[in-house]
Amino acid sequence: MSRRDNKKHTLLLFALAGGMFGFAFALVPLYDVICEVTGLNGKTSTQVALAEEIEGFAVPSDRSVTIEFLARAARGMPWEFRPLEQQMRVQPGTMNVAIFHARNRARIAVIGQAVPSVSPGRAARYLKKIECFCFEQQKLPAGGEMDMAVSFIIDPDLPADISKLTLSYTMFLVSDLAAGSDHAQMASHQE
Amino acid sequence: MVAHAQTIHKQRHPLLAFAARWLFTTNHKEIGTLYLWLSFGLFFIAGSMAMLMRLELFEPGIQFIDPIFYNQVLTLHGLLMVFGVVMPAFVGLANWQIPMMIGAPDMALPRMNNFSFWLLPFAFAMLLSTIFMEGGAPNFGWTFYAPLSTTYGPPSTDFFILGVHLMGISSIMGAINIIVTIINMRAPGMTYMKMPLFVWTWLITAFLLIMVMPVLAGVVTMMLTDRHFGTSFFDAAGGGDPVMFQHIFWFFGHPEVYIMILPGFGIASQIIPTFARKKLFGYRSMVYATISIAVLSFVVWGHHMFTTGMPLFAELLIMYLTMLIAVPTGVKVFNWVATMWRGSMTFETPMLFAIGFVMMFTIGGFSGLMLALVPADFQYHDTYFVVAHFHYVLYPGAIFGTMAAVYYWLPKWCGNMYDERLGKIHFWLATIAVNLTFFPMHFTGLAGMPRRIPDYSLQFADFNRMSSMGAWLLGLTQVLFLYIVIKAIRKGAKATDQVWEGAEGLEWTIPSPAPLHTFQTPPIIAEDAVH
Repeated sequence: MSRRDNKKHTLLLFALAGGMFGFAFALVPLYDVICEVTGLNGKTSTQVALAEEIEGFAVPSDRSVTIEFLARAARGMPWEFRPLEQQMRVQPGTMNVAIFHARNRARIAVIGQAVPSVSPGRAARYLKKIECFCFEQQKLPAGGEMDMAVSFIIDPDLPADISKLTLSYTMFLVSDLAAGSDHAQMASHQE
Repeated sequence: MVAHAQTIHKQRHPLLAFAARWLFTTNHKEIGTLYLWLSFGLFFIAGSMAMLMRLELFEPGIQFIDPIFYNQVLTLHGLLMVFGVVMPAFVGLANWQIPMMIGAPDMALPRMNNFSFWLLPFAFAMLLSTIFMEGGAPNFGWTFYAPLSTTYGPPSTDFFILGVHLMGISSIMGAINIIVTIINMRAPGMTYMKMPLFVWTWLITAFLLIMVMPVLAGVVTMMLTDRHFGTSFFDAAGGGDPVMFQHIFWFFGHPEVYIMILPGFGIASQIIPTFARKKLFGYRSMVYATISIAVLSFVVWGHHMFTTGMPLFAELLIMYLTMLIAVPTGVKVFNWVATMWRGSMTFETPMLFAIGFVMMFTIGGFSGLMLALVPADFQYHDTYFVVAHFHYVLYPGAIFGTMAAVYYWLPKWCGNMYDERLGKIHFWLATIAVNLTFFPMHFTGLAGMPRRIPDYSLQFADFNRMSSMGAWLLGLTQVLFLYIVIKAIRKGAKATDQVWEGAEGLEWTIPSPAPLHTFQTPPIIAEDAVH
């Protein structure tokens, strides 16, 4: 009932409010960790699969799954981007390679970053990438083209009810195109 | 000191003195009044926006407003109703009532109280000014999902962000004030378990506010840095994730919807015993039920996002937890009904609104249960069924609760009885109109009419016409409410100190109208007194 009590409680409650403000930001790394562990949202690992992770994979001879590939360029990205094969039939536990083709339609060199996603989301953590163009940024000179590879193994522990999965890539623009003339140049070419 | 203050007042121009009185007041009753009038004013502004939407939806096709403007009106309607109408109305009631109900002379932190109120007019002026800006007002719905509000948001989004920050600071300070008041300023002998339920529900609501308003502040700050400072919290191009926005938003958003209803529960628990002339049935279970609802509100945010592709396990867990909330809520509804059972009931306007609250809030609760079912939710998601659901818990819930409280306590505030006949007409018109407006939305929603779209297929035309006519009637009845309130303030039968025959509690022991300063010496609560 005293003034001192009021002050103490007020400060405590302000500290609680401040703590919750911090908690909102703590949710960001927490969310990433949860996604990484559970494959929530179809986020696949952005890291190379470790050797010990894939070494012991037994190859069940009687099982094969279909994997479909999707590729699209994000808004404002002047690349043409597509998979060479729409889909593959693969055996879990074996190494596979898929090729994606990119062509820069802009008049300037452009850097892009591909972000993968797997559907259904719970299949994400069973897709192990040995090598992928999505691990690092890619650069194409004006009008340049290239084939980019992703090599992957599907974990034989993939739940039995999943017979088809989709690996999709979105290619995002990394180069800073805000510098006026570059932007105009690129836009004009895009049309 | 007093004489000095009076001479200063005398020298001032009356208009200046009037402005100074309301600008600098630290009195809980005056600040309560300010909150309530602000809420009332914004209720008409946000309500007019709803009228405009119903005008556009009166017939299929685009007739009156273009879809871009429709989106802006829709966004502002939601934001204003949530942050500008329901929340300030409840804070206003808390300011008026809590000190009087616990026998305190004022709020614990009167200057902070003044500051929390005066932030609001600026926050809402800023939000409303966006309508006149180049590029228009925010147009992404009150949930402002990224990337709609980050990459694609209009330039005025930054004003929206700052406005939300101001409201958030105001709510947090208001909540801190309420908690400190309740903890430290209770009259001797008023233990926690003797507190009136309105005070209890507000104590719990205030804790919810302190826990989640900073999270809202966090999420709009992330939006701001995403928009202008090169971060990519919600931008997949930079390693962020737009779905994360929804998680953080609804971590705030779900407790927020309980913030908008718990004080209403408290109001019903005050009014029903008065007019049933019985003690509230199951006081303790009411307290525990409210606490359970508040705790559960932190773990069910995912039910707003079932269709975002969550893992099956998460969907199941959240579904069960959500349905669990029906248990404490059911306890409350049961207790209200049991309080009325074999009571000597009379049906004055506050009681009518309170009973309407119990019945129609329950309808909204049941449609909420339907939405909690994962397989069903995939059909209902983003349809008018959701619109029907949350308007049933907010209009006949939060708004009717507030109106019940105003009718109940208005004679204590202004010393005059309101016009009982007009009050009853107000209730019946509002009840008919609210059902005419929102009940058909259940049907259009189940049939697949998507929400937030200014146009619809022909087969929904009849139900939409009903909704529109209901909405205009509903809007009109609130003009009647304004008239009733003003009439009661200006003249009317003098209210007794107790006002209502069955009323019990400290606020009814002081004169009507309540003098500016009450309980300068704390009342003594008898050992054997029950809440």
